[in-house]
Amino acid sequence: MKDDRDPSRFLDRRSFIQLTGTAVTTALLGCGSRGPEDAQKVLRWAEGRNEGVERALFRHTSIDRASRSAKLAGEAFPVYYVSKTLPVWDASVRGPWSLEVSGLVRRPLKLSLDDLLNLKQTRQRVNHYCVEGWTAVADWWGVRVSELARLADVSPDAKYVDFQSFDDGYHESWDIDSALHRQTLIAYAMDGRLLAPAHGAPARLHSPIKLGYKSTKFLTRVVFMPRRNGGYWSDQGYEWYAGT
Amino acid sequence: MVRVTHWVNVLAVVLMVGSGFQIFNAYPAFARKGETFCCYPFEGDPLPPWMTFGGWLAGARNWHFAAMWLLVVNGLIYLAFIYLHGEWRDLVPRRGHFRDSWEMVKFYLFLRKNHPTQGKHNALQRGAYFAMPIVGLVLVLTGLAIWKPVQLGLITTMFGGFVWARYWHFVATWLLVLLSVVHVFMVIAVDPYSIRAMVTGRYKESWSPESRNARPFVHLLPRRGSSVDMDQQPRQP
Repeated sequence: MKDDRDPSRFLDRRSFIQLTGTAVTTALLGCGSRGPEDAQKVLRWAEGRNEGVERALFRHTSIDRASRSAKLAGEAFPVYYVSKTLPVWDASVRGPWSLEVSGLVRRPLKLSLDDLLNLKQTRQRVNHYCVEGWTAVADWWGVRVSELARLADVSPDAKYVDFQSFDDGYHESWDIDSALHRQTLIAYAMDGRLLAPAHGAPARLHSPIKLGYKSTKFLTRVVFMPRRNGGYWSDQGYEWYAGT
Repeated sequence: MVRVTHWVNVLAVVLMVGSGFQIFNAYPAFARKGETFCCYPFEGDPLPPWMTFGGWLAGARNWHFAAMWLLVVNGLIYLAFIYLHGEWRDLVPRRGHFRDSWEMVKFYLFLRKNHPTQGKHNALQRGAYFAMPIVGLVLVLTGLAIWKPVQLGLITTMFGGFVWARYWHFVATWLLVLLSVVHVFMVIAVDPYSIRAMVTGRYKESWSPESRNARPFVHLLPRRGSSVDMDQQPRQP
């Protein structure tokens, strides 16, 4: 039985306190940092596991509805693009805008805005979930991606869909299940008016079932693919799946 | 095992809170766009960088969504263990909990001379240690609600929608931070010997705050001549 004032015990405690001090200092220095480089591997592995969980949770029947009391964001709906200036389709330079549906399809499509307007229209008032943590409610009118897939007769080998834009190479690829969800639209109108350039005119992807950055604006191409090909933000470290 | 889960939990909570605050700073407000929010006076003010971890939004999210599994799995192991070993009996509030807690408050405020008799933990400790897993559960549920507001929309609705679920997630975080800070303060000020107990499992009855009649920073050293060796926690494999 050791005495309480046994020097060896105090030494013991002192070294323990020193050890704790070192650990705490390390932790404090870690604040505001990205964390150790080695950890990035673990984080990527965890993202892969999480994608599995998110895919398992996915249901085509899970529907987003904006709460009845929610106001439309309207002018407060944030505007963003990655080009230096707001991308506007200039038909005198680039020719008439069209949306190309291609890749693993038996009937590739090239649709003008009028063609899109004449396809079966879907209207929905839903949330926009931004990765930053805000939400915004808007009315979206457009054509379901699943409708385009039906018209283009997508091959069963297509497992992913890439949504490409004329916004400086911005694109994001999706898993096909999420793309064919009934709330995933090629939207051409917001709050009852044709899209303004600030919100991705002439047409953009919009869906409440993925975070905002997955919904490519300024669309040019919808490509069905056997493999994923990342995306503008996903390639920089943001989660690729990003389902809500 | 309880000791192992305690220290794993320290790591998980620090990672979760730090990365959570970094994520919060990407939009340090709660209002839906185009609306105002009633209940947060600091809308738009980011938290200081020293409170954050992860470096940037994507980094913090990656940490958050990895460490959440550490937190949940470790929490489940802890709960299963204290349930199977009956140690939950030392943590669940007993009859007369609020009266006993008030006696402890009186003792700490020098309104009462002697330390109230207690079991392993005093009433205030029981309250705090009982509250922590409950706050943890709220954090996990509100976390699921804002992670998957569509696929797990039922949970989101349960907390009043996305904006409110995010708010409760934030409030519960601060509650956990508050409980943890008070916990660490009391460990240092009243029962530093419990650090050793939580690391090695060794503890003597004569070190206990009850035997020392210890208030914060009062009677930190054991009373002389009472050194009965009583390991309260047998070592676990």
